[in-house]
Amino acid sequence: MDTDKVHFLDRPGSLKRILKIFFSSLMILVIIDLFVHKHPYFGFDGRPSFYGAFGFVACVILVLAARFILRPIVKRKEGHYND
Amino acid sequence: MINIPPVLILTLGSLFIPLFKGHGRAIYLIAIPLLTMIDVFLLREGTYWVVNILDYSLTFGRVDRLSLVFGYIFSIISLITTIYSLHVKENSHLMAGFIYAGSALGAVFSGDFVSLFIFWEAMAFSAAYIVWLRHTRSSEGAGLRYLMVHILGGLLLLGGIVIHYQNTGSLAFDYIGLKGLSSWLILLGFGINGALPGLHAWLPDAYPESTPEGTVFLSAFTTKTAVYVLARGFPGTELLIYLGAIMTAFPIFYAVIENDLRRVLSYSLINQVGFMVVGIGIGTQLSINGTAAHAFSHILYKALLFMSMGAVLKQTGKIKATDLGGLYKSMPLTTLFCLIGAASISGVPLTNGFISKSMIVSAAGEGGLMAIWFALIFASAGVFHHSGIKIPFFAFFSHDSGIRTTEPPRHMLIAMGIASFLCIFIGVLPGLLYSILPYPVQYEPYTGAHVIDQLQLLAFSALAFTLLMMSGIYPAEQRAINLDMDWFYRKGARIFMQIAHNPIAKFEYNTVGEAYEFLIIKPMLKIAHFLRLVDAKVVDGSVNGLGKCSLGMSDVLKIIHNGKTHDYAFLMAIGAVFIVVLVVLI
Repeated sequence: MDTDKVHFLDRPGSLKRILKIFFSSLMILVIIDLFVHKHPYFGFDGRPSFYGAFGFVACVILVLAARFILRPIVKRKEGHYND
Repeated sequence: MINIPPVLILTLGSLFIPLFKGHGRAIYLIAIPLLTMIDVFLLREGTYWVVNILDYSLTFGRVDRLSLVFGYIFSIISLITTIYSLHVKENSHLMAGFIYAGSALGAVFSGDFVSLFIFWEAMAFSAAYIVWLRHTRSSEGAGLRYLMVHILGGLLLLGGIVIHYQNTGSLAFDYIGLKGLSSWLILLGFGINGALPGLHAWLPDAYPESTPEGTVFLSAFTTKTAVYVLARGFPGTELLIYLGAIMTAFPIFYAVIENDLRRVLSYSLINQVGFMVVGIGIGTQLSINGTAAHAFSHILYKALLFMSMGAVLKQTGKIKATDLGGLYKSMPLTTLFCLIGAASISGVPLTNGFISKSMIVSAAGEGGLMAIWFALIFASAGVFHHSGIKIPFFAFFSHDSGIRTTEPPRHMLIAMGIASFLCIFIGVLPGLLYSILPYPVQYEPYTGAHVIDQLQLLAFSALAFTLLMMSGIYPAEQRAINLDMDWFYRKGARIFMQIAHNPIAKFEYNTVGEAYEFLIIKPMLKIAHFLRLVDAKVVDGSVNGLGKCSLGMSDVLKIIHNGKTHDYAFLMAIGAVFIVVLVVLI
């Protein structure tokens, strides 16, 4: 319907600007975290930015395991069950 | 009370759908679930609609705080899904949807095993019918497999109920707990509907094969009815903690590599139900509250996500990540609704996912269940990764697929809008949902630590996605399918069918005939040939000398080099016997 309009995301530099905002918000989250009073369940989860570090590591492991362990085992052609 | 059972309004109402046309039909279609919703919201705690048949009494209205939470959300989502489905011309579509939703409401308000079982089976059949409504070959197969699995589940449940009745003399459906055969059978029957790990494969097999509208119906009822009956019958069952934790974790690996976006959502559905199962297993007031709240929230945002993907499928005819991308340009509102659903399922603060999921995670933490707690926050990060980022990213952003389409019809947008509004409304004002939970709530989701912890978890998961995407490590979407537990009955069934299909004559020819040829005819021929050679050698040997001999040798070679494996095997066997005889003799 509006094929001629150049969308925001297609403009050169947009992606860079988004990434800049994203990275700075990560920094802000890490800084705020230092000043928030935590009430940890186990102790270690009260350390500064524990959740951020965990989330990052967890997702990297998730993707690597899915790509290099699970996919080679379970991937089949789309018509696998129809042959 | 002037209330009538909500199941009656929906099922009886479904019968008259074919009588209406045009605007009248739309009004009638909305009126039925709307009446159901009003009916459920006017229900007060108590026991209603007890029917005595022979010596048994069936209770169709056990209304308490646990059944009410599920009743409320089931009736709300029935209305939203109906609004979403208004354009569907095929009457049987909404009839099946109404019967399915009505049966789920019937099951939730059942106070005894017999009425529960009746609604349980009605749900299985109407849901299979909804899968078939897509009218494709793959939906036919998936619907049939769905039905088979759920009939098996129903039989297990029935067996458990019969034994339970023999043991206790009671058909009342209350706390069961894991003790003895009957409880295990009932748990298995419940567990198949609840997609417990190993019993889950019907879900990602069938749900993505239904119509855009049918899948929205399907996503709401079967698993959440199972969550309800588990919470009723097995609260505090330790096994469920571990099963639930597995459920939260393993589907996210599948979701990362899955190409069909509605199948990605099916895997994340299992992951979310896993949180609820953990809550049931922990069995404290906080965790049961968390389970009920999370079921309520989950039904809203999962339906919202399936509605947005259904809109994509309806408008473009495509649903695979490899075919999509860049749709935000032509479907901005759908994109917005999808993003709200994605934020909710990820548990972004100010959405309903945050205020319900964190109750279960807190219950695990407060209970000192460190391994479970780790699994749950791993799953929280993982669900953000695939449902929160992958779904909207590959459908609406990513590389531009070049597809230019339009927004779906207005009523579909309205349905998505209502669901989006509720997701945020409940997230901002959690007290409303908390006030209808089974137990009094003393839980504050919006503490500084909670909010910052959750934001960090999500933001750094997003960072991982961004870095993996930019470095090319993130697995590219591929046109492929991934094997799951359904392999066992899909391939197993095929092997069985191949055996059954081959006529006995073929079996006789292949096996008996070959055995006969191999055991009798071939050896006879060989012996005869050997004798002929011996004869030729003995009689003519001296005369014809070496020439004859080499001819005979080549004759033997010609026979054994006929390319048939079993002849070689036979020769090898003879050789082996010869060597054994030699060894024994010497």
